[in-house]
Amino acid sequence: MLETMRQRFSELRSDAAFWSLRFVDERSRHMLVRQDVAEPASVSRDCGAMLSVYDRGGYGYAATADLSVDGLQSALDRATGWARTTARHSVIPPNLEVAHASGRRVSPGVSESQPSFGELLEIVEAESASARIDPRIVDWQASIEVLEAEHLLLTNGGGEVHQKFRFLVPDASVTAHDDGETQSRSLSGRGFCRQGGRKVLNDARLVGAGRRLAEEALMLVAAPNCPTGTRDLLLMPDQMMLQIHESIGHPIELDRILGDERNYAGTSFVTLDMLGTYRYGSELLNVSFDPTRDEEYASYAFDDEGTAAKKTLLIDRGILMRPLGGSLSQQRAGTPGVANTRACSWSRPPIDRMANLNVEPGNSSLDEMIAATEHGILMRTNLSWSIDDSRNKFQFGCEWGQLIDNGKLTTVVKNPNYRGVSATFWRSLEMVGNTATFEMLGTPTCGKGEPNQAIRVGHAAPACVFGDVAVFGGEE
Amino acid sequence: MEAYFHDLAAAIDGALEPGEVTIASFNAESTDYVRFNQGRVRQPGTVTQVAISIDLIRGKRHALSSATLAGRLADDVATLRWMLNDLRAFLGAMPEDPYLQYSNEVCSSSQRRPSPLVPAEHAVDSIIAAASGLDMVGIYAAGKICRGFANSMGQRNWHEVDNFNFEWSLYHQRDKAVKSAYAGFEWNDAELKARMQSARDHLEHLKTPPRTLDPGHYSAFFAPAAMQELLDMMRWGGFSEKQKQVKQSPLQKFYDGQLALNEMVTMTEYPAGGVAPTFQSEGYLKPDVLPLIEAGRPASTMVSPRTAQEYALAANGADSDESPDSVEMAGGALAESDAMAALDTGIYHGNHWYCNFSHRMNCRVTGMTRFASFWVEHGKIVAPLNVMRFDDSLFRVLGDNLEALTSTPELMIDNHTYDWRSTSSARLPGALVRDFALTL
Repeated sequence: MLETMRQRFSELRSDAAFWSLRFVDERSRHMLVRQDVAEPASVSRDCGAMLSVYDRGGYGYAATADLSVDGLQSALDRATGWARTTARHSVIPPNLEVAHASGRRVSPGVSESQPSFGELLEIVEAESASARIDPRIVDWQASIEVLEAEHLLLTNGGGEVHQKFRFLVPDASVTAHDDGETQSRSLSGRGFCRQGGRKVLNDARLVGAGRRLAEEALMLVAAPNCPTGTRDLLLMPDQMMLQIHESIGHPIELDRILGDERNYAGTSFVTLDMLGTYRYGSELLNVSFDPTRDEEYASYAFDDEGTAAKKTLLIDRGILMRPLGGSLSQQRAGTPGVANTRACSWSRPPIDRMANLNVEPGNSSLDEMIAATEHGILMRTNLSWSIDDSRNKFQFGCEWGQLIDNGKLTTVVKNPNYRGVSATFWRSLEMVGNTATFEMLGTPTCGKGEPNQAIRVGHAAPACVFGDVAVFGGEE
Repeated sequence: MEAYFHDLAAAIDGALEPGEVTIASFNAESTDYVRFNQGRVRQPGTVTQVAISIDLIRGKRHALSSATLAGRLADDVATLRWMLNDLRAFLGAMPEDPYLQYSNEVCSSSQRRPSPLVPAEHAVDSIIAAASGLDMVGIYAAGKICRGFANSMGQRNWHEVDNFNFEWSLYHQRDKAVKSAYAGFEWNDAELKARMQSARDHLEHLKTPPRTLDPGHYSAFFAPAAMQELLDMMRWGGFSEKQKQVKQSPLQKFYDGQLALNEMVTMTEYPAGGVAPTFQSEGYLKPDVLPLIEAGRPASTMVSPRTAQEYALAANGADSDESPDSVEMAGGALAESDAMAALDTGIYHGNHWYCNFSHRMNCRVTGMTRFASFWVEHGKIVAPLNVMRFDDSLFRVLGDNLEALTSTPELMIDNHTYDWRSTSSARLPGALVRDFALTL
């Protein structure tokens, strides 16, 4: 298919200053067993191309799954028409520099054979069956999604970027119900998603998850509510993931700062004049944009406009140094950024996205963090998330809570929630876990953009302790 | 496009082997999307998408395949054959599905609403001119939406509509903005100008210094757009029979008789009142009206064919997510023009934002105020509100604390465009509520 696309691209004609073809071919297979019944196996193939044009100070795109020369030429003409008819109204800088990059990347797992449906079914059937340990278990399921993607970016200046990916998303959840109370536990809240092959299933601890999650759901359904008050908060990586995503990642997206998202996803409390001076967090906070970790979910060598990607420290010892903005946003704002212009599909245009956004590990072991906490609570696995449109006032909930009293983990509590304000929350970061507490997670469905896009992002983080956080539980 | 869909369906039928049954869902759209920021064009483009999903059934075994199509019949027929052969390759190794259910009764239908949409370039020029001098940000989406269903028993259903949806915000500064929408089937420049002028007038209210409230309990009036965000939480599993059966519905205590809603609350799924297809993905036609809540008491849940088979119930037109697509809430006695006076002193909520459950089993929802929300005294707007977090149970908000509903529910077309343009809608009244809990 790639050679066909190269050949057809060479037959396209345009007198636009810059034009490109971004071809995306994604194939997935999904297997889910719920309450010991296999739901129908599903396969999908999503294949198409976007033609993009920069010309005379304007920009336009057209996306099509008609990959014939005629279909692609028609899309190119439409994109050129958009660029020219809207140039006089455009926000695009007239002297925009656009890349003609070349390069290649292949993710881990691509060289492996695809797992068969029989192989997938055997794993998820076993986990489903092992969850049924008590009559109070009322719902249980296990699933695996395997996805392969091939991206090809061709430009009229001879650029060619080719990238191949294999993604794996294992998941499991179990729900217990007793005496009017319902509680669920899941495998990282669908946060265990990575690039790679069968090794991802082992790393995810999917095997054995059915029984483990069932036991934890039963503990929760008998547990007291999370108390209300102020406590030190120990967040495990599968909640740190959400905390980073919502209260660091989105606020420092440069297109939000430039106002593009204000009609939908929102604006940001971060402004351009904060870069280089603003204290985002305590001295312990180091946050990186890192698309170079091979197995992390949103790793790549080039973004969707062909900018080469490299690891960049965005928050250095608590100071905000640089936003999450790709080449176009950088040129609009006049500030350096990173290679994060991405699209969720061939049918949506690239915009500033998070890719992998990670908190760098520190020096504390998990035992040390617990021992140092007199009056605290450990929370794990995101359940609920809500934050204002400037990405400041947040409230998050978790599946699992456990109180920490005088340096020891004590009572398991249900419905743990906490709330805070991004602008001050990260300054209360008191301890950062070491590499032993560090986990690579992510989400397949970060929503943003108009038209809307749900995209894959990765978040790796250690466990972290925050001082004096407002926590509370559910209603009796 | 309908003829092309029929050709595809015939090609599937022609490729089947003895003992095979198929049910197929078809989506096609051609949409102009133009994104605006600061009163200028940010990203203009056109997206043409065609896709099909085929469920291949042999006895009680079945499997699904979906794929994008080129929109060229010869190429797409080859794709359909490839999809069927791919499914046959592993179908035999799959276990039987005891909950498989599909429609055997052939009920074909065709609904078309063609409209003369203006060229997108015309709409862009009109929008830019109408927003002159304003910090306008938004999205214009217009074009054809097609949905189809076909099975190998010969049923064919078709839904086709041309429409546009322009949704925009006018910003005063920082997060202070007025949100507006203009959606329909025939573009009218005068109507756009009138709506932009109305938004421009509302912007004046945002120029007053904003008010910051302390956490506490306040009287509140929710405009229909704010109500939509709250009721979307009830739609998130609340009316699902499966979720009820596995004790995870946020309305579980409502169905179990432990908690009730105010008798003013009556909700129905009313497909004819919205823009969604009147058929679901297994080929069942949706009922004209499905009562969900009647005078504060449970009525029907949404039952998909799979759930129906599992729990020996009758399916009632629900898709697999068992969520209402075209929900309507009955209005009350409060005239819209009297709403501010009835509020007297409290908060006018123009919009809500980013709702989620803080305690799902009590239908307790947290979220934010957004856009044009105001502090009101003696029935008059005093100041715009700095954003506040709320956290309250809908069993209270739509229960004992609900004081009145406005008399004329407003139709709101869902503007979401994840993967495809949404065809969901809601027709909702405004609501006057006491003791609404703000927490941050």
